[in-house]
Amino acid sequence: MNAAGFPLLSLLTFLPLVGAGILLFIRGEEAVVASNARWTALWTSLITFALSLILWFQFDKTTAEFQFVEQINWMPEFGLGYHMGVDGISVLFVLLSTALTPLCILASWEAIESRVREYMVAFLVLETMMVGMFSALDIVLFYIFFEGVLIPMFLIIGVWGGPRRVYAAYKLFLYTLLGSLLMLLALLALWYEAGTSSIPAIFQLQIPASVQVWMFLAFLASFAVKVPMWPVHTWLPDAHVEAPTAGSVILAGVLLKMGAYGFLRFSLPLLPQATEWFAPLIFTLSVVAVVYTSLVAMAQEDMKKLIAYSSVAHMGIVTMGIFTLNQQGISGAIFQMLSHGVVSGALFLCVGVLYDRVHSREIARYGGVAKIMPSYAMVFMLFTMASVALPGTAGFPGEFLVIVGAWQVNPWVAFGGALGMILGAAYMLWLYRRVIFSRITREDLKALLDLSPREYITFAPLILLTLWMGVYPSSFLSFFEASVAALVTRHEAAMALPRLAGM
Amino acid sequence: MNWTLILPELVLALGGLVILAAGVLPKRDPAFAVNMAVFGTLLLTAVLVLGQPEGVAFNGQYVADAFTKFMKLLVLAGAALGLLLAMDWNAKEGLGRFEFPVLLLFSSLGMLVMVSANDLITLYLGLELLSLSLYVIAAFNRDSERSSEAGLKYFVLGALASGMLLYGSSLIYGFTGSTNFDRIADAVGATVGMPFGLVVGLVFVLAALAFKISAVPFHMWTPDVYEGAPTPVTAFFATAPKVAAIALLTRVAAGPFGELAAQWQQVLILASLGSMILGALGAIGQRNIKRLMAYSSIGHVGYALIGLAVASEIGISSLLLYMAIYVFTSVGTFAVLIAMRRNGRALEGVEDLAGLGRTDPAMALGMTVFMLSMAGIPPLAGFFGKLYVFLAAVQGGYWTLAVVGVLTSAISAYYYLRVIKVMYFDAGTALDPRPASLSFVLAGTGLFTVFFFVFPAPFLAAAQAAVAALLG
Repeated sequence: MNAAGFPLLSLLTFLPLVGAGILLFIRGEEAVVASNARWTALWTSLITFALSLILWFQFDKTTAEFQFVEQINWMPEFGLGYHMGVDGISVLFVLLSTALTPLCILASWEAIESRVREYMVAFLVLETMMVGMFSALDIVLFYIFFEGVLIPMFLIIGVWGGPRRVYAAYKLFLYTLLGSLLMLLALLALWYEAGTSSIPAIFQLQIPASVQVWMFLAFLASFAVKVPMWPVHTWLPDAHVEAPTAGSVILAGVLLKMGAYGFLRFSLPLLPQATEWFAPLIFTLSVVAVVYTSLVAMAQEDMKKLIAYSSVAHMGIVTMGIFTLNQQGISGAIFQMLSHGVVSGALFLCVGVLYDRVHSREIARYGGVAKIMPSYAMVFMLFTMASVALPGTAGFPGEFLVIVGAWQVNPWVAFGGALGMILGAAYMLWLYRRVIFSRITREDLKALLDLSPREYITFAPLILLTLWMGVYPSSFLSFFEASVAALVTRHEAAMALPRLAGM
Repeated sequence: MNWTLILPELVLALGGLVILAAGVLPKRDPAFAVNMAVFGTLLLTAVLVLGQPEGVAFNGQYVADAFTKFMKLLVLAGAALGLLLAMDWNAKEGLGRFEFPVLLLFSSLGMLVMVSANDLITLYLGLELLSLSLYVIAAFNRDSERSSEAGLKYFVLGALASGMLLYGSSLIYGFTGSTNFDRIADAVGATVGMPFGLVVGLVFVLAALAFKISAVPFHMWTPDVYEGAPTPVTAFFATAPKVAAIALLTRVAAGPFGELAAQWQQVLILASLGSMILGALGAIGQRNIKRLMAYSSIGHVGYALIGLAVASEIGISSLLLYMAIYVFTSVGTFAVLIAMRRNGRALEGVEDLAGLGRTDPAMALGMTVFMLSMAGIPPLAGFFGKLYVFLAAVQGGYWTLAVVGVLTSAISAYYYLRVIKVMYFDAGTALDPRPASLSFVLAGTGLFTVFFFVFPAPFLAAAQAAVAALLG
């Protein structure tokens, strides 16, 4: 069985779904339904989060094996099973998903006024899909969750989004779907080759290098869109701008991590030769992403769009780190994914705070907010600093490790990453100056209220996490140290093998 | 003579005759009672099919095995659900004549005969009984120009297909000396080389069957007939007859011509590719939701044909599974289409669904589920259909089919999403309240589509048993 003694991961995955089911049966007047829906969703997500803390305390950090494993035969004729489990790479993402969901529900408390129940249902279904995706140890199950995310996300953007929401929702859905379907073919080929769809069993496969190249491209089609890597990133700014605040938080916080997670779970361990072969391409795309999107971010007039482009740049650092194929680089990438999940989520919440009050995300619309909302300015500053990777905040350890790792591979790649950090400081600080400092140009801004108690509660855990991750990163790094080491060893062993015939 | 073997067909035929006679007699309108009687007869037949022994009858002209059982149950389910969909609609449109259910019953009889055919003559008999009934119900709304046009179009093209079938059959008979599938198989196996006439005959038979399943390039009638025919008739067209024709196609390809697989595979691969591409591209610009569904059904036939085109055991079982899932999601979708009525008038535009997410959340949710399932989004049933079809293609190394399949899936997702977009993102006024029979069908098919992933094993097992029986 597993360390918890009961099917913890299934419980974490399907508890939100149960909550969503309960929500569907709430009856009564609209206002009552809305209020009940908020509370039900909040409690469901809080209980899920509390349960997920068991992972934090009981996870065995000394091994790279899958833990909390559950396995049931599902369609034995096809070798298809219900197989769940987490290792060091995935465990913290499960926690990130369960931690961000209650915050998102809190952030939507007043911002969402219409169809509250449906919104909460969509969010809880989304949580199910995210947790399931990170804990699935069966390729078909993985695909189901990976793809299933699209349904609630499409509705969240399409129903509760901004003026161009339909376009953005379509773009998100079709971009991702096309990539994922190509990945599906690669998964099917793996399934057929291995005779089973269980991921640990598939890890035993030796795939010929010529086939690896095709599979890598199929996986790349999916993960590159999801990360998103340049040049298939264009859906992201649209999706972020149109999505409601909480939708942006989840999109930046968790959904972008699914692509990078896919690289770590499939491309690296299964396709070592192809990974080595394609690494220069990925480095190039990553450096372009880091530098180019940073420059694009600088030219933005919409706060959300600016942060969206900064996300692309930060994820460029992540892909760079993953393909360094050494301990520092990969650990840095995973840490960067986690910190980006917290920090960019928080930044979108910061934008949401202003948007809820003024209903504008235009940078020029603001100015001098520090004098009106001092506490808010403090919070925003912390996350801005974290985003520019100031030492002592969550952003620093990840980027630093990635650059150290990249230096070992190719100093120029490291240079590209470092350049991104400098540009990142430029656009973030400039954004901060224009919005928070300078003069109050608009009279109506003077009436703004500072953070409400609900907003304090929403931000408090994120502030805590940002500082904790910055000051004592080891408590997070230690989770995935063993798994990353195993991944690196595995890769080196595969590369050391004499080349088989026909390769 | 083993009469118990054909008991389901006998009951259906006699039931049809009795109901027809009984329908003429009473002075009061017998439509409701006849509907119920036909529904009961279909259910009884389904029970008999479940208990049907396996074997061969009429000197090898008729066969019953696990394959026919699977297909017949699917056909009967499609017919019974189609009848449920039609009852309320017909009453509202003033089409509540008792001949409709009786014709539907006879077409079901034709389909059962088709599924069980083990001889070219039986095949033709079943197909004609089906087609003649369908011609009439396509034009059932005889005062409507569009419906008459649909009936006529279907008749002309259907007659052409029948002619091709007969011509192909005569060629096959001429080159093998028999109309019986088993003896044709023996003759084909014994022949050295490839008699050209036999291949031509086979292609003609395949073309005729391609008409019935509306596979490219024999799909032209589909959008017009789907649009013109009364909506419940369209729903019926899209489900049961397709299953029967697919069953027949599978039987003909895998049985007597199993040895010629290399020949018919080429035809089917092209038909499959063409159907997937045309289905995906053709639907994009459609404003009429029935036409949209017509193109969608062409696309689905393309995906299903992948299973047959790869000519493997898993391929055919994936085909059966695909058709089963397709029938239930289609019936659900058409239940929504039939419920589209405002101020008593039936609606057919995609835009008429606007605002459904607000005015009727339950139905909108159902439609969303069906659309996403048809697009193949997990965890809905349609995803598993596609999953197995693509798996079969990957296993056989048919990468073109697999890659085109996933690309067209992504394209077709666009127009399925458009329906969802209209329902949730646009504003509109409420539709008329839906009748209880439609709610029942919606709930049933919706639950099937959502929860298929929990219990796929029995369906897979049934499909595999059917294939084992077919390939013997």
